[in-house]
Amino acid sequence: MGLASIERRRMLQAMLAAGGCTLITPAGAAAQPPVTRPIPSSGEQLPVVGLGSWITFNVGADAEARAACAEVVKAFFAAGGRLIDSSPMYGSAQAVIGDVLARLGHPPALFAADKVWTSTSGPAQIEASRKLWRIPRFDLLQVHNLLAWDAHLPLLLRMKASGRLRYVGITTSEGRRHGEIVKLMESQPLDFVQVSYNVLDREVEQRILPLARERRIAVIVNRPFRQGELTQRLAGKPLPAWAGQIGCGSWAQILLKFIVSHPDVTCAIPATSNPQHALENMRAARGPLPDQALRRRIVADVQRLI
Amino acid sequence: MSEWWTYSLSDLLMFSKPTYFRLFALLNEAVWPAQLLAILIGLALVAAIVRGAGRAGRLAASLLAVCWLWVAWTYHAQRYAGINLAGPYFAMGFALQAVLLCWLATRRRAPSIASWRGPLGGFAFALVLLGLVVYPLLAAFDGRSWLQAEVFGIAPDPTVAATLGILLLWRAPWFLWVVPLLWCGVSGATLRELGAGQGWVLPGCAVLALVAMFVARLRMRALPRVRV
Repeated sequence: MGLASIERRRMLQAMLAAGGCTLITPAGAAAQPPVTRPIPSSGEQLPVVGLGSWITFNVGADAEARAACAEVVKAFFAAGGRLIDSSPMYGSAQAVIGDVLARLGHPPALFAADKVWTSTSGPAQIEASRKLWRIPRFDLLQVHNLLAWDAHLPLLLRMKASGRLRYVGITTSEGRRHGEIVKLMESQPLDFVQVSYNVLDREVEQRILPLARERRIAVIVNRPFRQGELTQRLAGKPLPAWAGQIGCGSWAQILLKFIVSHPDVTCAIPATSNPQHALENMRAARGPLPDQALRRRIVADVQRLI
Repeated sequence: MSEWWTYSLSDLLMFSKPTYFRLFALLNEAVWPAQLLAILIGLALVAAIVRGAGRAGRLAASLLAVCWLWVAWTYHAQRYAGINLAGPYFAMGFALQAVLLCWLATRRRAPSIASWRGPLGGFAFALVLLGLVVYPLLAAFDGRSWLQAEVFGIAPDPTVAATLGILLLWRAPWFLWVVPLLWCGVSGATLRELGAGQGWVLPGCAVLALVAMFVARLRMRALPRVRV
């Protein structure tokens, strides 16, 4: 037996233990479509939960890990997901997504969101990214962390004007450069802005989210779990009684419902390498969302528990 | 990006712990049975240290150069670069170290190996054994599959650990220390961010090796030297 065979067996055993692979049955997925929000600039509806790819899809050429990623994406689409987000900064994630999409027969529901990252050669990088995704064009391209935005934004807007791109956006993470984000939201014809927002990091509620509503800009939320920190710290803590009121069976769902219940948020993009977690995340896009009073209580309870 | 200072290492670490360690399983499978050759090279290094005379210094430098170049290509360039955008730069660093070792092996004045007996020599020898013997066992200590074992001459960390020992025995010039010490920092920081228990091992070796090197320079005449 080869070394790879033993490793493959270990990985499959781990996946089965986690309820992956053949155990993926997104019960009720077809019966109840996910909650959607319109992209303000077009009215196109997007499910409020998407799929990020930071770290989780950067698995290189590892065939078994790529197969596991395919299970995640398969579960995501089966549960009604659409938006997948990546970046050339995410190592092999783009190539893995391209591989996975090909395996799944290029699901027509895909809303492909990527970024331009380098300070030079934007067109070449975008074309390289498109080839890695194996798609004819991106739906959304964003200037990653505002890097060289003065060069990239005009490029992306020209691509949109010529029909080679549907939407244009900018991104930041972990509260960086919010001042510049605001200036660009005020001055540029943006379709999307991507920011970090979660139950503990709520700075965007003050200025960016209201401005997005005012300027009719869709909001993508990254790091909904603080890169796993929140779910890890809440693991093992009993769910509050109110969790049942909003149909949540896990802390991850509570954290996601807190985010997507903000009326100015269009879509949150949790990343996972576990197909069951992908399904669990998508279930947060179903059922009732917390009202303002419950949102305040979620914040208070999470702050008390961690 | 003008705000690089706002990024922590965890913001830049773009792969998971399972992905990182599975690289070694995939590498081990791909290069098998090169591990056997690497073990032979390791034994030859030990023999060179114990013998400490004749062509031992040139032999050790040549063998280490082969290992560094091999790691640069098969690990950094072909695999690590697949999940780490800095991989190609690490490959270049390891290749540079291979070139420096080649220079050391072929220069007119051959590298001389100090005796491995005594406290400093013994510590240097222990570093070599750490790379050759202990490192392959760390995967099992960490509860991972033995298929993910990091083998000297195949994986970077055990290769660097053993090299630190050889550099100490050589009283190697400073520029031969640069790449190994930098890698100790990079690897240690990466492993600590990944939450791997072995994250302190290589940085600890680097600190101790540096201290030992300075002590050795201060007590240059305390250790018997053998010209080869």
